[in-house]
Amino acid sequence: MKEIVVIIGGGIAGLEAATQLLKLGYSPIIIEKNDRLGGHVARWNRLFPDMTPAKDIVDDLIASSKDANIFLNTEISFVNRLKDSYNVMLSNGISINSRFILYTTGFRLFEAQKKEEYGYGVYNQVLTNADLENWFNTDKDKRISGKDIRKIGFVHCVGSRDEKARNSQCSKVCCITAIKQAIEMKEKFPESEVFCFYMDLRLFGKKFEDFYTKAQRDHGIHFIRGRVSEVSENINGQVIVKAEDTLAGKPLKVTLDLLVLMSGMVCNPDSTKAASMLHLPIDSDGFLQSSDNVFHITSSPRKGIYYAGACTGPKTVPETLAEARSAVLDIHSEITAGKK
Amino acid sequence: MIYQGKQKIWSDYQKEIPDDHWFYVRSCIRQNFFPGSERMMMEICRNVLGKDFYETEHHTTCGGIAYHCDTIPQETAMTIVARQFALMTEAGYENYVASCITSFGNYTEILETWHEFPELEAKIREMLWKACRKEFNKPKYLAHSSDLIYKYRNDIAEKARFRLVDKENGEPLRVVEHIGCHYSKMFPSKGVGGAEYPYVLAGMIESWGGNVIDYPERRHCCGYGFRQYHVKANRGYSLSNTHKKFESMEPYKPDMIITNCPGCPYFLDRWQYVIAEMEGKTYGQNGYGIPVLTYEEVAGLVLGYDPWDLGLQLHQVAVEPLLDKIGIEYCAEDKYKGLNRKDIMRPGLPENLKCF
Amino acid sequence: MSIFGFRISPSSAMNLDTIDRSRFEELCRIEPDAARCMSCGACSATCPASEFSGMSVRKVLLCLQRGKEEEAFRMMNNCMLCGKCTMVCPRGINTRHLILSICRIYDKEDKR
Repeated sequence: MKEIVVIIGGGIAGLEAATQLLKLGYSPIIIEKNDRLGGHVARWNRLFPDMTPAKDIVDDLIASSKDANIFLNTEISFVNRLKDSYNVMLSNGISINSRFILYTTGFRLFEAQKKEEYGYGVYNQVLTNADLENWFNTDKDKRISGKDIRKIGFVHCVGSRDEKARNSQCSKVCCITAIKQAIEMKEKFPESEVFCFYMDLRLFGKKFEDFYTKAQRDHGIHFIRGRVSEVSENINGQVIVKAEDTLAGKPLKVTLDLLVLMSGMVCNPDSTKAASMLHLPIDSDGFLQSSDNVFHITSSPRKGIYYAGACTGPKTVPETLAEARSAVLDIHSEITAGKK
Repeated sequence: MIYQGKQKIWSDYQKEIPDDHWFYVRSCIRQNFFPGSERMMMEICRNVLGKDFYETEHHTTCGGIAYHCDTIPQETAMTIVARQFALMTEAGYENYVASCITSFGNYTEILETWHEFPELEAKIREMLWKACRKEFNKPKYLAHSSDLIYKYRNDIAEKARFRLVDKENGEPLRVVEHIGCHYSKMFPSKGVGGAEYPYVLAGMIESWGGNVIDYPERRHCCGYGFRQYHVKANRGYSLSNTHKKFESMEPYKPDMIITNCPGCPYFLDRWQYVIAEMEGKTYGQNGYGIPVLTYEEVAGLVLGYDPWDLGLQLHQVAVEPLLDKIGIEYCAEDKYKGLNRKDIMRPGLPENLKCF
Repeated sequence: MSIFGFRISPSSAMNLDTIDRSRFEELCRIEPDAARCMSCGACSATCPASEFSGMSVRKVLLCLQRGKEEEAFRMMNNCMLCGKCTMVCPRGINTRHLILSICRIYDKEDKR
């Protein structure tokens, strides 16, 4: 009988892991709480740094993992630890016995309305990075479509590096996402002026820095070092942003037609819940705690339990995919070692 | 503006305000600035609504101004506050309401500090005992008096003779609400509606028929800022902040400003005269200023009290155009008559700001 | 006018709504690399005029972008065109050429 591996979460990490497990001849079962696969990436439009359509990646992953057992709209009711395996009870009444569980539970996007001073949900022309991707995908958003957009702002670190929002971690991808979206908006509204408000620009990944200089040089995007402190709305319905230009050491304000908040990655409460069923440790940032952060990022301290992707902390798409493969390799090694 | 978004935030910041039995403490400065306001608070709560509000002549300043000006250490302010709490305890009350925003902020800060550092509370209890042989219970509920008028806003609306609407066309008045900084900026959860979009005054305005204006510099300080005004060299900063707010609200053509702090209405009112003298600019219609009222004064007006009994003649900005707009009757001749119709003399009138 | 002994203080805030950026844009057309400055400050640290006069290519660029042209010109008057800043710039901006272009564009504007 083929070895069963339970994968919790049908985002890109879960799909990639299922793909690789299938290739190795195992039998992956994906448990997905939503009615669709692909997680956050499926809602995105294009991916940095090569502007790859997110749909292509997700479609490919869904196609390559189609032979897995997939339960949509399904949650984990409880998990019991047996002698050397786990019994996973699903909300649809199905019970699965498996020696391996792979957590690919991902992250949750920070709820931007929690930063009350930015006025998301209060001021009309304030939206999030996710709203903007949705507009790229659907062309439907009355805040943008058909409007005369001349000035656009991007606020980095919304809910990230913010102890008051209880997220001290850097979300890693927002700087580069802001630059990507700034360029895309500049392309859609060539006459517009675009401002990025950042605390530090953290552009660590391959070609990220090129992207940044391209935004500066080819698209004339203005980078202002300073955290937005307050957003308000004027009588014309535009937003007024206050920040300090910390390079000039002076307070600054600007009136904008659109303000995009770069909501960060925060721990997924569903992830915490699923972890608590097996008493898996949670790190100080709320994400799942790997058995160590250098050598065994995809391992939990518990036998047979593995992690991949943003359930252990903010990750990019390539990092998530690499972790999925890495976790599968760990599982494969454990299975083959047992057979010797 | 998405009203539902604000409602969502307001629902997150509801505070429990008991309906009755309050120990009331006055502000150091409001009785000079707006002599009718605290009297009206007692009049409304006791006589109009029949609530139990207790006052004692033995209470003092809370020490807030001295604390914020850095002239006394916090322990001194705490001991002063502990004595006030002792007076409340002796009178048999457990709900404490302050008329002053800085006091409210001071009390909140002290109670929170004691909560975090119980050893400090123990030390203050000892200091109070040594100083005046008093003991105290901490209040069960702490409120600012605007919280109570907010709580009673619909009762007041039911009994109101006037609404905040233009009597000519029935249009709601455009009302700016200004919240004192120390109301909720330090502890957002202690204020009705939080700190970014406080609801305490907006709720009154809505209940009494007006429209709330949300202008860009709404959250900005009035400019009083103890160390800005009280040090003459810094006084320009105080004025500049007020000026910034008026410039920001001007396009909305506000009919009035309603405030809940001792300093804000004073400075928003008086600086309009100074700005008019310096810049020749006025912000109301036809050369008048924008009347700035306390929430008690507005409550008194809608309930039909005589504007001169409310002390509105002590405002710099003429309130008559506002009274006319709402349709509140008043006797122009009586404006400068004090208690028992004693002549309190007419002030000199400014050149650039139209007044009566 | 009454004398109060104090005045409305001018605001030190920069209002990006009222800045005319047309000359800076013209500069960027000739010197596209001007926009690539990341404000690392290496130019200022190495500038022989910097510590005596406050000259800083980083600040000049920032001032021009924020519409503080007078301030930029005051600094640039102290430039000796030695080229040391060009040597240290990690983005490879030809700062010497940039300074000359600034002089040309903004000077032309003044004569108009």
